[in-house]
Formats: sequence, structure tokens, C-alpha cells
Amino acid sequence: MSKYNLNHLRELEAESIFVFREVAAQFDNPVILFSGGKDSIVMFHLAGKAFFPAKVPIPLLHIDTGHNFEETLIFRDNLVKKHGVKLYIGSVQKTIDAGRVQEETGYNASRNVLQTTTLLDAIEEYKFDAAIGGGRRDEEKARAKERFFSHRDEFGQWDPKNQRPELWNIFNGKKRMGEHFRVFPLSNWTELDVWQYIYMEDIEIPSLYFTHKREVFNRDGVLLSTAPFMKLKPEEKAEILDVRCRTIGDITNTGLTRSKADNVKDIIEETAAERTTERGKRFDDKRSETAMEDRKKEGYF
Amino acid sequence: MENNTYDSNGYLDMELLRFTTAGSVDDGKSTLIGRLLYDSKSIFEDQIEAIERASKNKGKEEADLALLTDGLRAEREQGITIDVAYRYFATPKRKFIIADTPGHIQYTRNMVTGASTANLAIILIDARNGVVEQTLRHAYIASLLQIPHLVVCINKMDLVAYEEDVYDKIKKQFMGFAPKLDTKDISFIPISALVGDNVVERSKNMKWYEGATLLHLLENVYISGDHNHVDARFPVQFVIRPQTDEYHDYRGYGGRIDGGIFRVGDRIKILPSGFESSIQSIDTLTESLETAFAPQSVSITITDDIDVSRGDMIVKANNIPLQSQDITAMISWFNERPLQVRGKYSLRHTTKDVKCMIQEVKFKMDINTLERNYEDKTVKMNDIARIQLRTTQTLFFDSYRKNRNTGSFILVDEVTNETVGAGMIVERQ
Ligand SMILES: Nc1nc2c(ncn2[C@@H]2O[C@H](COP(=O)(O)OP(=O)(O)O)[C@@H](O)[C@H]2O)c(=O)[nH]1
Repeated sequence: MSKYNLNHLRELEAESIFVFREVAAQFDNPVILFSGGKDSIVMFHLAGKAFFPAKVPIPLLHIDTGHNFEETLIFRDNLVKKHGVKLYIGSVQKTIDAGRVQEETGYNASRNVLQTTTLLDAIEEYKFDAAIGGGRRDEEKARAKERFFSHRDEFGQWDPKNQRPELWNIFNGKKRMGEHFRVFPLSNWTELDVWQYIYMEDIEIPSLYFTHKREVFNRDGVLLSTAPFMKLKPEEKAEILDVRCRTIGDITNTGLTRSKADNVKDIIEETAAERTTERGKRFDDKRSETAMEDRKKEGYF
Repeated sequence: MENNTYDSNGYLDMELLRFTTAGSVDDGKSTLIGRLLYDSKSIFEDQIEAIERASKNKGKEEADLALLTDGLRAEREQGITIDVAYRYFATPKRKFIIADTPGHIQYTRNMVTGASTANLAIILIDARNGVVEQTLRHAYIASLLQIPHLVVCINKMDLVAYEEDVYDKIKKQFMGFAPKLDTKDISFIPISALVGDNVVERSKNMKWYEGATLLHLLENVYISGDHNHVDARFPVQFVIRPQTDEYHDYRGYGGRIDGGIFRVGDRIKILPSGFESSIQSIDTLTESLETAFAPQSVSITITDDIDVSRGDMIVKANNIPLQSQDITAMISWFNERPLQVRGKYSLRHTTKDVKCMIQEVKFKMDINTLERNYEDKTVKMNDIARIQLRTTQTLFFDSYRKNRNTGSFILVDEVTNETVGAGMIVERQ
């Protein structure tokens, strides 16, 4: 490589930092959607780079389904303390208690869809005008056409058929009152890029990503963790296996992978050899072919 | 030696290449992208299973690789607005980003969008049809957007018995209008996307072709020169003021280098104020740098206490950009409402936001014949035209040919806030 050339991770990093600074300049009240998963952790790391040596001037928002892995919450609270950022929490339980949405019932009940209402309520309550998410275009086909700066109407809805063209590195964040933007600094990253970057930058991640013994059960080919609120079907058997998370979300739809990887390097090698997409392990996306696009139109992450 | 198929440190030398694909409907664009992803083993099992299932449903024996890019196809069949979709794959040498844009006439706007960040464009030609009107249009857009490398893939060679003559004839046809293009690096490859000849694997059916396969070319084309490393340009994006005890007086200018190389100690000029100073430090979270170059994102501090804000540009004192309120540009129009002469728009150039008025449409480009039209000057959606506009404040810019970042701008409708046009600044006449 020539002296004046960046490797692909540094080029992606430069692009993401540019996006963060653009958000800080173009919006009055942006927020970073923080789930405690690797993508949001990498996002926060990039935000740190964008504003160094100042503190990250953008607060975090966690949409809490109430069905979290304990480790995620501990990790989140430590990060908030260490970096002195403000954390907002949108509680799905409160949204349910307020009668704004109805809890699903049955074995496959999930609070995943309900999060959308909680998220939109939080955006309205705190008057956030840009919500920065860790979505990547390689995750899913509906995301492949998503913009860096994605316009949402006053109802928080996405119109994939009528998006603003996005050229060069010029981002148009102009909007009317009540409208907001979703911004995706990691648009061009792949799962492997994220892991390589975590390795290169030595970024701390929750222990859930590394192998550990956990009580799990197999539902339709996906290994799910047991939890007090997870009902097993009669034919399902809980067993203890060596597993790790490929993505971290709500317990009810986070599929676990059998793995012995106990360090980032092993995870990179596993990811490079992996033969299924990351979202293939997410229970929520198995529901229908257009599940993601439908949820996104409504205002999902 | 360890026998490891994946070298987990190898990625540190990987470069990033962005490319677009263009072709008329049915030239084999989807099949080619599918073939690249499939043969480079970038497709996951669940995706392969899904297309095998879909192919069976359609009564096909083999997996139809074109279905991999099915999202867009479905929309096309329903006649809905088609958009740009981005796809990713990697080999041990490079990571690739494909801006997948549909090739139909109405979609100039998508092609322009996809082309704006591309290092390379692939243009597909059906070997049975040769160069057609759309080939010309695609090549023109690649040239207008200054995509540095153009690869013309002559596809479906299996349907013309892999004849060298057919390939030669099409290549000649294309070279016939190449002088009208502003592209220096043009390559030709005879391929069969369906069978796989010369895509990832060398063709056994075309021994007469001695050039590279498409993937080999994508992995090796020299892209270090794609950024302008001569004219140092740093649009200030965000002023960083920590105001903490440790960094009490720190005032850093955050931004992305749009051209050239900056070094600590360099004599610089700040525009529009014209004040001169020197670079004190170039900072990132993990280290302080001695030099920084495009397209790095850094924070720069200067030795003097001068007021600098977003929208200003830091340049080397001995190499300043053009400056004017009167801009001549090629414009690509995106909106259903035609361009309004005498109309006012917001204009965003680098990190600067100004207002402008359209003075005049000089001519419209007929992108099928590459003739200039001085009669009909109504600039409608998907049209390309040369315009003259005047801004409320002075812009500091380079011609688009010299620098794709400091030479480009977008126009935004002041009422709807939509991005209605993209401009490429023409060298001063
Ligand atoms: N024989 C042959 N057929 C091809 C080749 N490439 C594509 N096709 C076929 O041409 C048709 C259109 O291809 P597709 O990839 O869908 O074209 P697109 O409209 O450009 O995306 C399909 O039936 C393909 O199977 C090729 O190299 N040889």
C-alpha cells in the first residue's frame, strides 16, 4: 500500500467520524441509540474519536425491553460512568403499563415490535431530532437501501420509496418541526469489519460475546437462553452448552452460537468462516420475508 | 507454519474499493453481482438456501444467482421507484462496496448517486447486441462523475460461441466514442456471468484473451491515486472545545481532509478570513500525527488565536482554491418539479450552507447522443444540464475534475427540504 493510503478499517472509521461530526453540527438534540451490543459499543467508540479530547456531547438512549441479559446492563452502566455521558432509558414495560401497546402472548411472544412505540415516545418526549443507530447495510436487505441520514416524518415513519438521494459526503439533515432523522454511521461496515475493528482498537465488549456455559433450549433450529419469562414447549429440553452471542438483544430473540471462542481473534476467525448471516440467528427476522422492512417503515431501529 | 485459511492480521493491509455496475435491463447485471459474491464465497448458507428454494419454485434446476439481488428486482417488476442498494464482499486483498443501481432510462438519478463515491464503474454489454444507446449513457455518467476507472464487460460470450471477433468488434465500437469521454483508464473483459468465464476464474473457452479476470482487476487496480494528494483542503466541520481542566485552552478543528497532505508546521491560510497561521498539531483519539492526508478525519490545532468556524476552509498558504459567487456547473436533476430559472435554492458545498439563485441554463445534455441541446432548456427529473448560479456568499472550490469533494455541491428545495439536484463545478471558462 502506498504511504498515503488508508486500510479499509481506517477508511470506514474516517467516514463514521465524519458522520458523527455532521450530526453534532446539523442537529440541536441528537441521541445515540445504545443497546449494549457490539455495534453500539463500536459506535460509541467512534463518537469518542470524533470529539476527542472533548467528551462525547451526545447522550445515550437505551430502549429497555425488560428482558435483558444481566451482563448487558452492567456493561452499559459502567460505560456511562466511565465516560460521563447522560443515559436516557425508554422502558417497554412502562409503555405496556400505560396501555400504549399490548404484550404478545404465546410461546414466541416477543417485545421486539413493541420497542418501536417506546422509541418513538422517547423521541417525542425528549424532542430528539436525530437518533443515531448502529444499523449496517449488510445486515438485511431492507437495510441495504438505507441512507446515512434517513428522514422520518412527524409520525416517525420511513418511506423507503421516497428517500433523499445521498451523494459524495454531503448529508442533508434539513427537516420540518416534528420530523426527525435516523442516522447510521456504520452503514458501510460488515459484521467482520466490526470484529476486526474491535480487535485492532482493543475495544472492551460484554462477556456474553465470549464462550460461556449457559442453559439453553432449541426452538426451530435456534438456540435460545432460558429465563424466568421464557416458557418452554413440552417437547423442548433445556441443556447446558458452551455458547456465545453473535448479536446481543432481547433474550427472547437472541440466538446463541455453540462456540469455544474466548478471545476476539478467535471470534474473527469464526466469523470469517461462518456460513450463516448474523440475522439468520435472530428469531424476530424469521417471522416473514419482509419482517424488517415492515418494522422499519413503522419506525423501528 | 500454521495452516490457517484466514489470516486474522492480513486485513490490516486491505484496501477499500467502491464500484458501481450499470447495464441495460437483462444484460446480466444481477447475474454478474451474484457470480462475484458466489465465487468469492461471500454468500452465506441461509442466503444460498433461500435462492435455491426460490429457483426451484420458478422451475429452475440450478440456483439463479440473479435472485441474490432480488430486493431491487421485485420493485422493478412492480414499476415502483427504484433505488440504490449497497452490497458488500471481501477477498483477502480488498473489501468491496457495490452500489447497485438499476440501468433503466428513468434512473439517471440513482446512477449518479451511486457513481458519486465510486472508484470504478463496470459497464455491461450484451455480446449479441453490442454497444447500444444505454451503453453510451452509462459511460457518459461515469465520466461526468469522474469515476477514475471504467471496466467494460462484454457479457454472454457463451451465446456468441466465445468468438474473439465479436469481442474485438464491440471493443472497437466503444473506443469509437471514448474520445468523447473524460475517462483515462478503460479496460475490456470478455465474460460469461452465467457460466463464470473470466469473472473469478479464468475462462477455458477464451484462450485468446490474455488480460485479467474481473476479480483480479478489481483486486489490483491502482486506487492510491484516486484521491487528490496535491491540493491541501480541509473544510472545518466542527469546532472541538473540551473546556476541561486538562484541555483548558484546547480549540481543535474537526474535519475530513478533502485533498492533499497536511503536516505539523505547515503554513496555512484560513478562508474566507484570509488570516495565516501554522499547524500546531494533528490529533486523533489514539495518537498525534505528523502528517494527515485525504480522506482522513482528524482534529487540527493552529498556533494563532484566530476565530475559525464551521464552513471555513483551511488550505496551504501557497495553494489556494478558486473563489467566487458565480458558479458554472453541470447539474443532475432529481426532482419531479423542474429546475426553476431565477429560483432560489439552498446550496451545500463541503461543510458550508449558503443560498443561491439559478441565473441561467446554458444547455441541456442529450445523454443518448452526447449532443448539447440549446433549444429545450427545461431541466426535468433525470436531466443533466450546464447551469450558471450565483451564491449569497463566496464559495472556495476547485473544479470537479480536480477534486470530487471540493468541486461538488447539492441543491436543496427550501420548502420541502428535499435534495433536488447535484452539481459538479466546471473549470472557469
Ligand atoms: N447465456 C447467458 N445468459 C446470461 C448471462 N448473464 C446473464 N444471463 C441471463 O440473462 C438474463 C438477464 O440477466 P439478469 O442478470 O437478470 O440481468 P439484469 O437485468 O441486467 O440484472 C437471465 O436470464 C440470465 O440468466 C451470460 O453470461 N450468458
